[in-house]
Amino acid sequence: MLERGEVIGHTAAMLELSDLSLSVSIQGKRVDAVSAVSLCLQPGRVLGLVGESGCGKSLTAQAILRLGEHQGVAKSSGDIRLDGNSLFAMSNEQLRKVRGGHIAMIFQEPMTALNPVFSIGSQVVEVIRLHLDLTKQQARQRAIDLLQNVGMQDAEQVLKQYPDALSGGMRQRVLIAMAMAADPDYIIADEPTTALDVSVQKRIIALLLDLQKKRNLGLLLVTHDFGLVAEMCDDVAVMYAGQIVESGTVSEIFDHPAHPYTRALMGCRPEVSLPGKPLPVISGQVPPPGRWPAGCHFAKRCPLATDECNNPVAADVWSRANHVTRCLHVGEPC
Amino acid sequence: MSVLRVEQLNKTFAAGGMFKAIGKAKRAVIDTSFDLQAGETLAIVGESGSGKSTTARLAMQLLAPDSGQIYWAGENVTHLRGAELRRRRSHIQMVFQDPYASLNPRMKIWQSVAEGLRVHRPDMTNIQRRDKVAATLALCGLDDSGMDRYPHQFSGGQRQRIGIARALIVEPKVLVLDEPVSALDVSVQAQILNLLKEIQLNTNLAYLFISHDLSVVRHIADRVSVMFAGQVVEQGKVADIFGHCAHPYTRALLDARPITHPDERNRGDVVMVIGEGMSDTGCAYQPRCAFKQDSCAAFDGKLNSQGCACLYPLSGRS
Repeated sequence: MLERGEVIGHTAAMLELSDLSLSVSIQGKRVDAVSAVSLCLQPGRVLGLVGESGCGKSLTAQAILRLGEHQGVAKSSGDIRLDGNSLFAMSNEQLRKVRGGHIAMIFQEPMTALNPVFSIGSQVVEVIRLHLDLTKQQARQRAIDLLQNVGMQDAEQVLKQYPDALSGGMRQRVLIAMAMAADPDYIIADEPTTALDVSVQKRIIALLLDLQKKRNLGLLLVTHDFGLVAEMCDDVAVMYAGQIVESGTVSEIFDHPAHPYTRALMGCRPEVSLPGKPLPVISGQVPPPGRWPAGCHFAKRCPLATDECNNPVAADVWSRANHVTRCLHVGEPC
Repeated sequence: MSVLRVEQLNKTFAAGGMFKAIGKAKRAVIDTSFDLQAGETLAIVGESGSGKSTTARLAMQLLAPDSGQIYWAGENVTHLRGAELRRRRSHIQMVFQDPYASLNPRMKIWQSVAEGLRVHRPDMTNIQRRDKVAATLALCGLDDSGMDRYPHQFSGGQRQRIGIARALIVEPKVLVLDEPVSALDVSVQAQILNLLKEIQLNTNLAYLFISHDLSVVRHIADRVSVMFAGQVVEQGKVADIFGHCAHPYTRALLDARPITHPDERNRGDVVMVIGEGMSDTGCAYQPRCAFKQDSCAAFDGKLNSQGCACLYPLSGRS
């Protein structure tokens, strides 16, 4: 049995995805939707997993908690290890401890992630008592502390309320408090601010970063928004059509984006566009799982593609300090 | 030429249904006026619940205002109903936010796009309608090979092009776009924004662009109205609003935009929204305003000559 904080062997504390491929079922056939993804999440660091819809970023994030399996997502190869222990070798009992206890998740939709027919108090207390051996009274006190920690001053009042009485920002605070309930080491946040108004977004971002720093959390931020990455992340991995095409430290990726897809994606943001000029676009469409080319997945849409790009390209075919890119044509002008 | 003008619109939603007794009526739109010229884009920005979508629905006569006047191409349409109103509806059409929900999944694309023609061009034959659909789809960057397919066979961006074609087919003068790109990926969003610009250049259409995304607004709009709690709190040209806005709420919205580069972390002089909620008396923004004074409690909320509804506008604007 895995106990809190226990590390088996002498592996450094980290959450590691190695060559993880995930398959889904499309019209009766199993096809890969995530292809050989390797990521490493360390305590105290924020890693951004960026990509457009359908790139596999959410599937990857959910696989870390082994969610999605009952919906037909299955591992086709690779492994996920928490402090050296494979999540795929764990019993259901052990997994229950990991979920919420070691790795917690914050979802996008604060409106649907809470049960409308139970009070906030009963939902927060439930999570606490699942993970910690506390009496109802103690759990209630911890719930109040948790809510105060996420900036809700009138925590006792909030405990009595039902989700519909809270604004979107407040609900997201409750979900963050619930994620913190058992003092996890890692948090996976899937588009945590997308459903919120901008001014609320800003405050939720500040809250998440504050908690992350104080508790030395490893935070995996799944997002489509480079603005959020700029704001929060230490490291970035960019996904396209099931693969990580580029990864590195946040300053490397923003100052020297190397993959043509990353460059194009950053370029078509209206906030960095020139007023009055058409926005740069990426021609063509993302190939769906099952129709990926054998070589570089981006080749068909890439202005730099050559015949060589039709052969598989290694994830680190180009690399330098703090930066790797899956592209044979780094440095060529687009 | 003014293609759409609204004057002093008001709309209050009564608390309804089961909770009538305990509910509170919501003043969704208060004394809102604007004027839209041919070929121009006016953006209405604000957070959820600010009244921006309700304003658009009032301007389209999808909702009846409690008071105020609505003019389409100079004609007062406020009290038109039924067939009279329907006949004029080709003047102003709407593009919706969610391209997945706004097309009937059981109708072929050409049938969906042609629906407006059934009402507005009953004289057309089926063949003429198909030709018109093909031409309108082409205007929106789609070829006619998809006309007999169904919505699920298209991507989000393609569906939004279909949604735009559906609105354009009756040759309106005004397009109301309610968050038309917020459900789309950035790369697709760029394509749709470019398409909208291109259509406007070619046809001199006017856009009423509802959005919460200020970066998108800066890119596409000529003028901006900022709404808070049902009222326009500031309006002006895009360059003025983004360059030197005067209302503290506008400033807070602008400052809340995501940064574009990690170096901008910890940038100083950011105006944050401080509290929550809104005030029923005086300036509605009081509970959140960092610059609030005692006299704000008695403010009437009217726009000043500079287009700002604030007793203590920020100094940036002359």
